[in-house]
Amino acid sequence: MAKVLEIRWHARGGQGAKTAALMLAESVAEMGKYVQGFPEYGPERMGAPIQAFNRISDEPIYIHSNVINPNIVIVLDPTLIGKANVTEGVPEDGIYIINTTKTPAEVREMLGIKSGKIYTLDANQISLETIGRAIPNTPMMGAFIRATGIIPFDQFMTHMREQLSKKFKSKPEVIEGNLKAIERAYREVNAE
Amino acid sequence: MKSKVALTGNEAVAQAMKQINPDVVAAYPITPQTEIVQIFSSFVANGEVDTEFVAVESEHSAMSAAIGAAAGGARAMTATSSQGLALMFEVVYIAASMRLPIVFPVVNRALSGPINIHCDHSDAMGLRDSGVIQLFSENAQEAYDNMIQAVRIAEHSDVRLPVMVNMDGFITSHAMDVLEVLDDETVRNFVGTYVPEDYLLDAENPISIGNFDMYDFYFEHKRQQVEAMKAAKEVIREIGKEFGRISGREYGLIESYKLDDADVAVVVLNSAAGTAKGVADELRANGVKAGVLKPRVYRPFPQDEIREALKGVKAVAVLDRAETFSTCGGPIFADIRNVLYDLKNDIKVVNYVYGLGGRDLRLEHVAQVFEELENIRKTGRVDETVKYLGLRE
Amino acid sequence: MTPYNPFNRNFGTGTRTKAVRPDMKWHELTRAGNIYEPGNANTYETGDWRSIRPVWNKERCIHCLMCWRYCPDASVIAKGGKFETFDYKHCKGCGICAKVCPVNAIDMVPEDEIKKVKEANKDEE
Ligand code: SF4
Ligand code: SF4
Repeated sequence: MAKVLEIRWHARGGQGAKTAALMLAESVAEMGKYVQGFPEYGPERMGAPIQAFNRISDEPIYIHSNVINPNIVIVLDPTLIGKANVTEGVPEDGIYIINTTKTPAEVREMLGIKSGKIYTLDANQISLETIGRAIPNTPMMGAFIRATGIIPFDQFMTHMREQLSKKFKSKPEVIEGNLKAIERAYREVNAE
Repeated sequence: MKSKVALTGNEAVAQAMKQINPDVVAAYPITPQTEIVQIFSSFVANGEVDTEFVAVESEHSAMSAAIGAAAGGARAMTATSSQGLALMFEVVYIAASMRLPIVFPVVNRALSGPINIHCDHSDAMGLRDSGVIQLFSENAQEAYDNMIQAVRIAEHSDVRLPVMVNMDGFITSHAMDVLEVLDDETVRNFVGTYVPEDYLLDAENPISIGNFDMYDFYFEHKRQQVEAMKAAKEVIREIGKEFGRISGREYGLIESYKLDDADVAVVVLNSAAGTAKGVADELRANGVKAGVLKPRVYRPFPQDEIREALKGVKAVAVLDRAETFSTCGGPIFADIRNVLYDLKNDIKVVNYVYGLGGRDLRLEHVAQVFEELENIRKTGRVDETVKYLGLRE
Repeated sequence: MTPYNPFNRNFGTGTRTKAVRPDMKWHELTRAGNIYEPGNANTYETGDWRSIRPVWNKERCIHCLMCWRYCPDASVIAKGGKFETFDYKHCKGCGICAKVCPVNAIDMVPEDEIKKVKEANKDEE
């Protein structure tokens, strides 16, 4: 089997983690990669901790199990740290991308991990300033591209523009706001 | 022209339905209905299809309306899942016995109780003896491809039976996956224009259908249904080949994965077959001759192909995502063991019930199955014939 | 658009025969028991289900044809807008015609009596 990159999203119901996982899947698929995107199966309840998953590979993906050992963990809501088991199953070289106002060092302390790479960004603030609402899912994708480098950033942006244009035909301001959010996140993410 | 897209299983099936552009779709619009119907109804609302969409008050009525439409000469479809299929049960038998080519996707989910909405094959297994053709799909691609072929299979003059296209609830239906979709014209040409043979709205040739049979005719008409099922195997094969020519993806009755030289094999339907293939690949890298058999068609049962594919294998594990409560294993297990009996060799066949109510089938579960098969192969001893995988015991 | 072209083989899964006989084998019967001959109820004689029969009284009849309209088995035969006769091969003896007749021109007579009368007539001959 070819190497499969596995991603786990942590969020609260209503924050758009499922949408983000599916949008990420769509844009990565358009880049010619094989991909899966799926939510934690079950009724979605506003505010309850939820998970969503992605698998990305250069070859067709056969596996249909849940993601147990994600290479990358994305946390959309900082208040989940300590509530949801964010570090569960993550290997030593795992990558964490966290929406928070804290620094990577502070987050490392909170998570209680020594290894792995931590990226932080204030996605709420970014989305407030660019989209006008605190919806952190799109900026998190920018941070994801920065952290993984799995697609060249320019190409990713081109695809996102196409996708967003399809989704928000009647609201061009939303498209621009989202694109700006991704770009700022890409630039502003802190790493340790 | 083909194009690669990322779609959920539900979207892929709705897309196939859009390209098939059936005359009538009758469906119950509320839970446990799936997104398939919701997406399709938006195609209807946007005028992207010519379909007459009939929103009915239950799945029992959905299949009844589809029967009425099909009997009238329309290309008719419906769709459902879990409890909905259970409620449809009675009418599915009638559709089959009236020999109406109704195609209906089923998103496989558990039956209550306890109340559960997750992946499980109990719904489809409940209708395995109803006389409908049952196709199973490993992923969104296969669900899409099966839908398109199902129309031709159902309408073939040697068959004329309903076709149920199954895919795993959530795992396939709600997950986004990469697949290749055909362009509209290719699909249109492949499915062709439906020419019903006998239909009620043919004013020139009035007929009566759905008639009453006493003990003097019922038996004979049931025997005819068996013959149609037999004929369906050849038809499914031919249409699978023809589909290969337009898509590059040829289909048979089963998929045989690395079975040619296999010592140990797993038999499993739908998405879990993909997981099993992944594990088989890993084990092969470590010298274990592992293979996977995935029945694509479960009814009619492809006994010849299965016997041929498994004849060299020493130990087989059948994975069932449904319980029969017979206390001697799941439904597929019974069928497979039955078929292998004719080989008169010492092939060992064991059963694992797995994944009920959406319990995740992990890689290590499948690896454990292969490991136990290797043990059986080496020692020739089977301790327990029916086991549970991923169960807390 | 390519027209749909089935392989045109006959697996014996149904003929379009019109005359269905009880000794036919499964592959000789029509598919799913479809009936291709309209109006074939005519060949199925239900007259022997009858235990009482309608008898028409010519003198009283005003030819309103209420009986003709109401008979559920189309067993009242009318000609030129007038009552003609009963079709006793199919009349089930339900008595609806007698009930709806506004002038009581139809009597329901038990078949036993009819038989007796017939036999008596025979004796006389
Ligand atoms: S008795 Fe009944 S079936 Fe017979 S003629 Fe009168 S209405 Fe018709
Ligand atoms: S209903 Fe009575 S009166 Fe009228 S046509 Fe019949 S028998 Fe004659």
